[in-house]
Amino acid sequence: MHTILRTTCSLSSNPLQLPFVRASASRIACLTRFRGREKLAPPLLRGGWERFGSNSFSRLKKLFVLIFALLALPAHAALNIFACEPEWAALAQELAGDNASIYTAANALQDPHQVQARPSLIAKARRAQLMVCTGAELEIGWLPVILRESSNPDIADGKPGNFEAAHYVQMLEVPGRLDRADGDVHAGGNPHIQLDARNYLPIAEALSARMIQIDAAHTEIYKKRLQDFKLRWQAALKRWETLAAPLKGQAVLVQHRAYPYLQEWLGFKQVGELEPKPGMEPSAAYLSQVLAQLKSNPARMVIRSAYQDARPSEWIAERAHIPAVVLPFSVGGNDAAKDLYSFFDDTIMRLLEGLK
Amino acid sequence: MRHLVHQCTAIIWRIKLFKHSVILLALLTPFVACAAEDIDLRSLREQIQKLEKRVQQTEANTANANRPVAASDNAFNPAVSLILSGTYGQLNQNPDIPITGFAMSPNHHGYSRSFSLAESELGLSANIDPQFRGVATISLAPEGSSSVENAFVQTTAMGNGLNLKMGRFFSALGYLNEQHAHAWDFVDQPLVYRTFWDNQLGDDGLQLKWLAPTDTFVELGAELGRGRGYPGTDRQDNNGAGAETLFAHMGDDIGISSSWRAGVSLHQTKRINAISTIAAVNNSFSGDSRTAGLDFVWKYAPNGNTTVNNFKLQGEYFQRSENGLLTYDTTGANITDSYSVTQSGWYLQGVYQFRPHWRSGLRYDQLNSGNAEVGAANVANVTGNYAYTPARYTLMVDYSPSEFARLRLQLAQDNSRKGLSDNQLFVQYVMSLGAHGAHQF
Repeated sequence: MHTILRTTCSLSSNPLQLPFVRASASRIACLTRFRGREKLAPPLLRGGWERFGSNSFSRLKKLFVLIFALLALPAHAALNIFACEPEWAALAQELAGDNASIYTAANALQDPHQVQARPSLIAKARRAQLMVCTGAELEIGWLPVILRESSNPDIADGKPGNFEAAHYVQMLEVPGRLDRADGDVHAGGNPHIQLDARNYLPIAEALSARMIQIDAAHTEIYKKRLQDFKLRWQAALKRWETLAAPLKGQAVLVQHRAYPYLQEWLGFKQVGELEPKPGMEPSAAYLSQVLAQLKSNPARMVIRSAYQDARPSEWIAERAHIPAVVLPFSVGGNDAAKDLYSFFDDTIMRLLEGLK
Repeated sequence: MRHLVHQCTAIIWRIKLFKHSVILLALLTPFVACAAEDIDLRSLREQIQKLEKRVQQTEANTANANRPVAASDNAFNPAVSLILSGTYGQLNQNPDIPITGFAMSPNHHGYSRSFSLAESELGLSANIDPQFRGVATISLAPEGSSSVENAFVQTTAMGNGLNLKMGRFFSALGYLNEQHAHAWDFVDQPLVYRTFWDNQLGDDGLQLKWLAPTDTFVELGAELGRGRGYPGTDRQDNNGAGAETLFAHMGDDIGISSSWRAGVSLHQTKRINAISTIAAVNNSFSGDSRTAGLDFVWKYAPNGNTTVNNFKLQGEYFQRSENGLLTYDTTGANITDSYSVTQSGWYLQGVYQFRPHWRSGLRYDQLNSGNAEVGAANVANVTGNYAYTPARYTLMVDYSPSEFARLRLQLAQDNSRKGLSDNQLFVQYVMSLGAHGAHQF
């Protein structure tokens, strides 16, 4: 995720494309977007404080221009996108290129269901023109607060600026009954749609159309980038499906009910879950029960996502003598998953390694 | 042959129904081909079948896209939630004895000895129309009465970061004030909230908030109300506003693992004939009440992943000045003279999730009852300085088997009353059913 943001930032602050002031302003915006990882002050400010005496008036003037530019940024910036999860930030990046400034609310090491409604998210959503989220209640615990507190009607529910990817794919595990006795089930179906690479084609199509609707001036760019993405993605799909062929029919144990889409796509067979009900902590007694079932119905590996507690799957892996595989779950879930392509490369590679 | 041509035309008509690639196909298929062998027709049929399948798939996807989202808050029925909560309390001292030096403040601690049902809270919320959203929280007291805790409408489409609320709502001053009881990290509120805001300041009025268009979260707001909640004394026979509040909040992230919010609040109200009972004597105070507050919260989770471990540190400080006239013993001596006092209080608490679903927390509370300037006529009647610092230590552990259920054990050593050290034990459950609420930072 980090790399993607960095790319966005370096592109949008390219002085060849933009006047000086905007470049500086977006550089500051970028520094903020990195959420403090970069310890350096913006270059202009650094120089400003050190040499304030020599040319103070001009420096002061530049500082004011900069502050003004910072405040006035939303009016000038290209498409301002607020992505809930890193996979949608990555997809938006593919479709808009340097025509968008993208902020990602959650990283792949966070449970997208448990994100805090942080003040920074409210501030970023305030100026967003397009919000790209999964939907299907995945963000129900925090996004409503962000939408309400940001007072930004452009991204309100039902507005073109509110894009929910789950609307464009076939949902799996849509519950026949809604009862919390079944654990944390989602009325719209299992929301972890990002794990079936095929889903990105209809979503990309719809997202690109939405970008055009909001930012018609750049229609040609969006159209071209969509075509380009579709070609590359179709080629990648073929490659992944060939690569993942050995996974077909393989028995896999999962820690959380997060992989029906991956399973549907790659054809492995889920033989059990470590959580007694979705979202509930597995007790030692329950894990022992799963372990006992594995004797008659063995699995090749146990999988979990990067953000999950390691203990339950490590416990099972050790006793059942099967590998515990940690999947990136989204772009940025590990060092290798740098963009959408390497995210799926890495996911499949890890699953194949689990078979060894 | 005629029949064949007819069939071909029919096929071409069907082809025309499809888009782009099909048109291309039709163009590439010359009429002469129809006159030729059946093989061509067969392949054409096969292609059409393939295309039909694709169209069906696309249609399925579109249908999927247009389907209504069943459980959205935007369904016409409002989102309904019900909070159920109860406690068991074991206390050394009578909880109704007021805090030393704060006899004129309310003492609604909200707990009791033995088993007790806490307030059940029924919440309803929905968008009213494209411009407004409505929220109501009805509080059902265990004794049988019900009261309107919150009932407000708020704008949703003003834009420019503006948000207007009208009705009865919890003031946005401080940090804890807006949080509903089920979201508290301890069984009860900090002492400073109990004595300064009667646990939570809720008023009837207006609130206007503005969120600055900056990368850092900056929010400014003002409230006007009738002064219904303590320390206000309501607007009995007057027009205009009885209480005013100003607040500013700022917040941001530090790296990917932590984030913070800090705030400043100002509140003022006019107190008219505020009655308090000290040692079986009724006193009455009329005058100005001005309060200033500072609050901060800092949250940490490795990589921002709150699922496994997380930590929250929060603290608030309030200082209140009251200036006016105090009437001693309204039903007896009835002596009135000037009275002014500045009191303050603060708390600091940390809550740590040490493993998924399990948290522990520690809180320290302290109050300063101040040194009151009592007019000469009442010096002998009213204590100016209690020379005592009420304080309390609270420890809690809670377990949340799911997002909707929480079980808590709390131990406290309460030294808020001089000479009455109180060791307290609480066991509590807080559960919610119905709509999946979203929590504020």
